[in-house]
Amino acid sequence: MAPGETAGPSSWGRYPHVDQRALALAWASDPLPEGTEPLLPYGLGRSYGDVCLNPDGPVLLTRELRRFLAFDTQAGVLRCEAGCTLGEVAELTLPHRWFPPVVPGTRFVTVGGAVANDVHGKNHHRAGTFGRHVRALELLRGDGTRVVCGPSANTDLFRATVGGLGLTGLITWVELQLASVMGPWMEVEAVPFSGLDRFAELTATSDQTHAYTVAWVDGLARGTALGRGIFFRGNHAEGGGDLPAPRLRLSVPFDAPDALLSAPLIRAFNAVYRHWPRGGTKRLSTWKFLHPLDAVGNWNRLYGSRGLLQHQSVVPGPEAVQELLATAADSGQGSFLTVLKTFSDVPSPGLLSFPRPGWTLALDFPGRGAPTFALLEKLDGVVRAHGGRVYPAKDARMSVDTFRAGYPEWRAFAAHVDARFSSGFWRRVRGEL
Amino acid sequence: MPPRRVLILGATSAIAQAVARRYAQGGARLALVARNRQYLDVVAADLRIRGASALWTEVADFLELERHAALVDRAQQALGGLDIALVAHGVLPLQAEALADSRIAGLCWQTNFVSAASLLEAVGQRMEEAGRGTLGVLSSVAGDRGRAENYVYGASKAALNAYAGGLGQRLAKKGVRVVTVKPGPVATPMTAGRMRRPGLLSDVDEVARRIHRGLEAGWPVVYAPAYWRLVMTILKLLPTRIFERLRG
Ligand SMILES: Cc1cc2nc3c(=O)[nH]c(=O)nc-3n(C[C@H](O)[C@H](O)[C@H](O)COP(=O)(O)OP(=O)(O)OC[C@H]3O[C@@H](n4cnc5c(N)ncnc54)[C@H](O)[C@@H]3O)c2cc1C
Ligand SMILES: NC(=O)c1ccc[n+]([C@@H]2O[C@H](COP(=O)([O-])OP(=O)(O)OC[C@H]3O[C@@H](n4cnc5c(N)ncnc54)[C@H](OP(=O)(O)O)[C@@H]3O)[C@@H](O)[C@H]2O)c1
Repeated sequence: MAPGETAGPSSWGRYPHVDQRALALAWASDPLPEGTEPLLPYGLGRSYGDVCLNPDGPVLLTRELRRFLAFDTQAGVLRCEAGCTLGEVAELTLPHRWFPPVVPGTRFVTVGGAVANDVHGKNHHRAGTFGRHVRALELLRGDGTRVVCGPSANTDLFRATVGGLGLTGLITWVELQLASVMGPWMEVEAVPFSGLDRFAELTATSDQTHAYTVAWVDGLARGTALGRGIFFRGNHAEGGGDLPAPRLRLSVPFDAPDALLSAPLIRAFNAVYRHWPRGGTKRLSTWKFLHPLDAVGNWNRLYGSRGLLQHQSVVPGPEAVQELLATAADSGQGSFLTVLKTFSDVPSPGLLSFPRPGWTLALDFPGRGAPTFALLEKLDGVVRAHGGRVYPAKDARMSVDTFRAGYPEWRAFAAHVDARFSSGFWRRVRGEL
Repeated sequence: MPPRRVLILGATSAIAQAVARRYAQGGARLALVARNRQYLDVVAADLRIRGASALWTEVADFLELERHAALVDRAQQALGGLDIALVAHGVLPLQAEALADSRIAGLCWQTNFVSAASLLEAVGQRMEEAGRGTLGVLSSVAGDRGRAENYVYGASKAALNAYAGGLGQRLAKKGVRVVTVKPGPVATPMTAGRMRRPGLLSDVDEVARRIHRGLEAGWPVVYAPAYWRLVMTILKLLPTRIFERLRG
């Protein structure tokens, strides 16, 4: 099994466990599989929870739709099938000095998945979400019709499909405006910080000077150390030279036994971060800077067979983040990988797009049953009290109320959901329509 | 090095596409043949974007054996010679259906053995005349030993192995190499939704990397991924009594 592939249809957090049937679509021009039972498109399953799971029905594998359809190297416009990964797109376009306009923390996501979760990257403060760079896409609806939509055609359906969690139909192809870059390398810097106020200063200045910014927060710190971390910032660098192919340094072949859970996990993550150059500017490949965790294949298995639960929210600012960190620390369930980033006011295009102006915090917890769910519920409470929202791509358990409070547009969205499509997530959060 | 001239028969196969992507990235000149025009055009566009320096396509159903010779002639002409050819098409019927209906089994043998052998011969003779070239064929580990689960399919691949082996021996002295490729189960449309444990499927790009290497080196037999050589060596050596007790 290659690093980019998951074994069967499961999600990255491997919670909930479902034994799921898979159908595949080999060609974008083929009709949907016959039948009436609700389907769900499935890219690479890099969503953590159940937006990519359909427990009572089949998922429709899209990975075979991996052909490039047209590439205008002058204008930087790429049309590709929805199962192409952003890593494959970058490998094609970097030699022409174009790069995907937005990439999440891993290159193993499909273009269709990137649209359906309207993903964001370390450059959100400038580029906004992935959906903003989609010029057009084709949607294959449950009734067999095909609709091309975009920012200026069938805009209602477009706004529902971007961030639409696979519920409005199958995206067969996407036309993307790529971002112009100077070369395949990046100039990056890592700056340790002592607390959230220092983070706020760093991010305010760095967002002016750097295309990519993000921070790793020490999730095991307590008391006065709470909120310390390392701030990473980077820019695409001048100068050519071929990019070394991304390398997989090690891979986790099987589930870590629960007893061994935390030790190797902390070591693995720390190893990744220890190798980060500190102080002064360093040159790194785009892969290493933007996708540091991709060097360890299947690292999710380090969380053991009970899986991992992530909690990513966006809240107005430091007070709420401080409260979230303190809630996690007080629970004694340290989050090993805690990521903090600010979202700018660049508007998100989708009805259910997650990013909105504020601070976004992502916390990772090994699944340990009731205490984990109680903690996550508490975190939701903090998010709601501050008028924030939780990211569906990372969620496996938020309540109907939390969903509705965070996404007031849910009702408008529901009107666009295609009857032939459904997901575990949707059945869980939509409540009574 | 001038661009490789590569003929792919069954170019819409998922494994063939993955091999073709590697050749396209290297700037190869490609001749692609498949039976579905719409699919073929998409594959061709993709390979052009990835760097193929020339593309020639033709539609053919390989069950029409009488067309093979002229087809290969046209491809050879279009490319200006042949460095590599890959016979890739095939079908995997449901074993239960094939046992219940011998026409289904027959179609499998016609496709996987008869038409593939005829294409091998057509290409082989032209490479023989030219005194050079590498001719690959996608067989399967299933041809190494008949198994209860899929011996209808396995038999077609076993026959193909014998044919390719014999052809390889005949052409060895003529500067032509015949490469029999034996993939294990790969995640492609052929196997989608049909495996008891989908986790055991190999990634198509990994398999293609191995095939590409084998074609370039002219290895007589290429297992893909490589560990299947060991697995099949052991399986072939197992005494029948023990083999029969293995599940499936
Ligand atoms: C290590 C890691 C880091 C990450 N970092 C970030 C980050 O920085 N920012 C961020 O935003 N996200 C991040 N994510 C989450 C990830 O980017 C998203 O979950 C992404 O959508 C996964 O893409 P996928 O192809 O695996 O889609 P899947 O997870 O398979 O599916 C995601 C959704 O897209 C739908 N879908 C997939 N293909 C199609 C299609 N062709 N048509 C219609 N709907 C479709 C599915 O139905 C599902 O609802 C990260 C994930 C990991 C594992
Ligand atoms: N996938 C595996 O696990 C696996 C393992 C070992 C060996 N193999 C072998 O590898 C080869 C490729 O398989 P794959 O996995 O890539 O499967 P695939 O994607 O299903 O490709 C099979 C191809 O064969 C074509 N084909 C079938 N009959 C044809 C005919 N009469 N004329 C012309 N073309 C015909 C099909 O064309 P259409 O698309 O038009 O139907 C299709 O393009 C096959 O020989 C297979 O037996 C596969």
